[in-house]
Amino acid sequence: MNIRTYISQLIILMILMGCDASQLNNPYTEDEGASSVLYQSFSERPKHLDPATAYSENEYAFIAQIYEPPFQYHYLKRPYQLTPLAASKMPEINYLDKQGNKLGKDVQDSDIAYTDYVIDLQSGIQFQPHPALAKNAQGDYSYHYLSEAQVQEAKTLNDFVDTGTRELTADDYVYQIKRLAHPKIQSPIAEIMKNYIVGFDEFSKEVALLQKTELKNRSIAGVEVIGRYQYRIRIKGKYPQFIFWLAMPFFSAMPWEADAFYEQAGLSNKNITLDWYPIGTGPYLLAENNPNRRMILVKNPNFHFESYPSEGESSDKEQGLLVDSGKKLPFIDKVVFTLEKETIPYWTKFLQGYYDASGIASDSFDQAIQFTGSGGATLTDSMAEKGIKLQTLVEASIFYMGFNMLDPVVGGDSERARKLRQAISIAVDYEEFISIFRNGRGVVAQGVIPPGIFGYTDTKEGINSFNYDWIADKVQRKKIEEARHLMEEAGYPNGIDPKTKESLILYFDTASVSIDDRPTMNWYRKQFEKLGIKLVVRGTDYNRFQEKMRTGNEQIFVWGWNADYPDPENLFFLLYGPNSKVKYGGENAGNYQSPEFDKLFEKMRNMDNNEQRYQIIQELQEVIRHDAPWVFGFHPKNFSLFHSWYSNLKPNVMANNRLKYTRINPLERTEKRKVWNHPVWFPIVLGLLILVALLIPAIHVYRRSAKETLQ
Amino acid sequence: MIQYIIRRFLYALPLLIGVNILTFVLFFIVNSPNDMARMQLGQKRVTEQAITNWKQQHGYDLPLLWNATATNEEKVTQTIFYQKSVGLFLFRFGVSESGRNIGADIQERMWPSLALALPTLIVGLLVDVTFALMMVLFRGGYLEKTGIVLCVALMSISSLFYIIGGQFIVAKVLKLVPISGYDDGFSAIKFLILPVIIGVFSGVGSGARWYRTLFLEEVEKDYVRTARAKGLSETQTLFRHVLRNAMIPILTGVVVILPLLFMGSLIMESFFSIPGLGSYTIDAINSQDFAIVRAMVFLGSVLYVIGLLLTDISYTLVDPRVRLS
Repeated sequence: MNIRTYISQLIILMILMGCDASQLNNPYTEDEGASSVLYQSFSERPKHLDPATAYSENEYAFIAQIYEPPFQYHYLKRPYQLTPLAASKMPEINYLDKQGNKLGKDVQDSDIAYTDYVIDLQSGIQFQPHPALAKNAQGDYSYHYLSEAQVQEAKTLNDFVDTGTRELTADDYVYQIKRLAHPKIQSPIAEIMKNYIVGFDEFSKEVALLQKTELKNRSIAGVEVIGRYQYRIRIKGKYPQFIFWLAMPFFSAMPWEADAFYEQAGLSNKNITLDWYPIGTGPYLLAENNPNRRMILVKNPNFHFESYPSEGESSDKEQGLLVDSGKKLPFIDKVVFTLEKETIPYWTKFLQGYYDASGIASDSFDQAIQFTGSGGATLTDSMAEKGIKLQTLVEASIFYMGFNMLDPVVGGDSERARKLRQAISIAVDYEEFISIFRNGRGVVAQGVIPPGIFGYTDTKEGINSFNYDWIADKVQRKKIEEARHLMEEAGYPNGIDPKTKESLILYFDTASVSIDDRPTMNWYRKQFEKLGIKLVVRGTDYNRFQEKMRTGNEQIFVWGWNADYPDPENLFFLLYGPNSKVKYGGENAGNYQSPEFDKLFEKMRNMDNNEQRYQIIQELQEVIRHDAPWVFGFHPKNFSLFHSWYSNLKPNVMANNRLKYTRINPLERTEKRKVWNHPVWFPIVLGLLILVALLIPAIHVYRRSAKETLQ
Repeated sequence: MIQYIIRRFLYALPLLIGVNILTFVLFFIVNSPNDMARMQLGQKRVTEQAITNWKQQHGYDLPLLWNATATNEEKVTQTIFYQKSVGLFLFRFGVSESGRNIGADIQERMWPSLALALPTLIVGLLVDVTFALMMVLFRGGYLEKTGIVLCVALMSISSLFYIIGGQFIVAKVLKLVPISGYDDGFSAIKFLILPVIIGVFSGVGSGARWYRTLFLEEVEKDYVRTARAKGLSETQTLFRHVLRNAMIPILTGVVVILPLLFMGSLIMESFFSIPGLGSYTIDAINSQDFAIVRAMVFLGSVLYVIGLLLTDISYTLVDPRVRLS
């Protein structure tokens, strides 16, 4: 065999190694075999996988499958409710007076000085296999005292071959709370928890200069291990929403060995850190961590027994959501997340069957969705033919247009300013906005609370009567004439400012300055023009915009909030006076302050969900509808597509650990992929023939000229 | 030659310091340490205390360029600029604002960049030179004119169009390659075929026209006429004489970009999900990660200086008349 033949054969072999001839476009090289592998994508690499610091959706997509807080949201039941996860039962909640004496359940809120949450854990839960827990024959940790050579040799965590495990205990949950307090870890909720957990602030100061590894031997006043499987968290006063925090990854278990291992010198230089290599007790473990390309979760071999829920809503049985009741979780063996930044390849791979689920980008919306005569969204025929399923879900979020209440024109408590805001609230037609800019993916907000959260109602009582009328059992935006009338009452007839005798000029501050944002800005201008108001868009970069918001130099802005937990407190607090952004650096971006609202809010926030609380919530809604510190924009509606082989799908905006419930049929997927991905060769062959046909006359011309004699 | 190389490296030092200062000033005109902290800490529940803590942890609680409150040399050394920049000259890139080691990331990500850029360069060069020589071979005829028109047409189209069009036709309609992605080892080949073809195709218009100009300049020279007079065929003349003599300007264009191949292609990597340094830089700019931006700009400058030096050295290899002094 000569060298040329050898090289050409090698090249062909190299190409074939990466390709399956029947599916040349298959982006996966591993053979799935009979195992159940789920393929998903992520568009932005996660910044943190440490549960103490992670706080965004793209981070929760991974860590919620790996770490286990004591509680979780029930997958099927609505309204959302918590159930035990690592805990053996729901916590025992005790109210205490200043002296630490136990109080009765029906005690006045003002008498409660502290609340104790006593949490009991299941026994027998094991951590995933991990080098940090590996022990040698003598019972010492194998990798807690690494030599320089060992560190030098390691490139990834997998280079530490030995792994170990141990049982989860209450110490691990208490240790994680200490981590939340450590300033070097920079947990985003540390500042909030200082207000609630007893001794949290003091502990934070005490350990500020200490290494993380020393946290183990320090104690925090309000968090105590009572027994091997029991611990107690003491918070200041009464804060019923605290239990929702206990269902977030922040409060997951963390073995002290994790910090002892990862804090060793040299490992962080190789990106071997707890922030990148988690250690949990959940259904999955992170087998491959390459946030630049691919993340792979595989079943945790040590996962404790957890079964698919056997109860749900009444319709769940009909929809086949209870077929797997009582079966051991998780159903999927492996989850491959691939980094996909651009929407075109993402959408194409979904249609080719290489992703099992997909969102819908604006540019592919018409290809996927059509609206029926009654306004309902259905799949287009091409999607239905493929057996694709559509799932819609109104998110627990709100996007609104806010007024800076410190502004002399649109802000303040005067009747003039209020009527101006009310008029604008009628004029800015968010139904139109949702139709034009969101392809119908949104529900117009009638107040602060999104659907699915306690206090929301879509009946006549739930409408914003300042902006809408209830006609023939339907909500209808008030006519623009009513808004113009309000403008007159506010002292701006036809939008004319009496001071300048010209159109009233208002300023819209935004960080949306790209060319793609121009249609949106023009749309806002047109909404204000209906009232004769000239809207000036002041676009700046995001940093300057944030600065304007912090210093109160904005006038009108758009903002949003995604609820942390399903409680109205987490939305109404956006309008609570002591949360004002300018004065206190809080989340009340419009700096709204109303003594009436604040009083009602303070009463409502500590109440349990009951009729009285419901009524107070409606009162709160009425106060803000009247004051109109926001134009209540919309609650986004999420459209997701799933292939026919994907099952056990139920929308749940609160649960991030949904993967363990889902199931796929890999055989059906393999069959469909084969049908959908036959390579098409004829255009290439045709192209080559055309090229040859073009070259023949060229060669002929060249030969003829070569034979010609020089002149 | 060694003296020359040493001298060139010494010249590069003030240049690199200048680039560093410029990057630093430009970055901090747009972003303050507070902005960076907010970007890293997210948008929810970010308190002033959290921002102060972040700045302290990441060394952004110092003055930018001059510490008036410090004494002696600490006025300079106790500044963000000094603390963040000195390590670069020892190729210690430090840690990104999100906590990852930049040096380790660069080592990992430069190979996918190279795997895309090197074949694109080699195949592109071969195609461009071949196409240019073809046009020169058939100069004056309809084939040359058609070639020029084709080149102008190819040059006039945005590279983004080639990417999206290529993905649509080759990966979506014909289903011949994966539309995006990357893998290790030989498995990467199937992911690289399309971006390499698109990279070559999008550059062929400008490349072939440029090389055609070079070759046309050469074919008019006396030695070419002599070669023809000796009885050499046109192809022999072009490949043996014209091509060799046109190597200097070709080398100027090629050698200077060789080191920069490691830096990757910003758009191509993003569209094809190739985890290279191009997408790394874009992500860093978007997330206001000064540590990565600074490291990548510095690395780019160093590689460019090396590229220029290699160009000078390569002159001596292809043209015996050139001597470095």
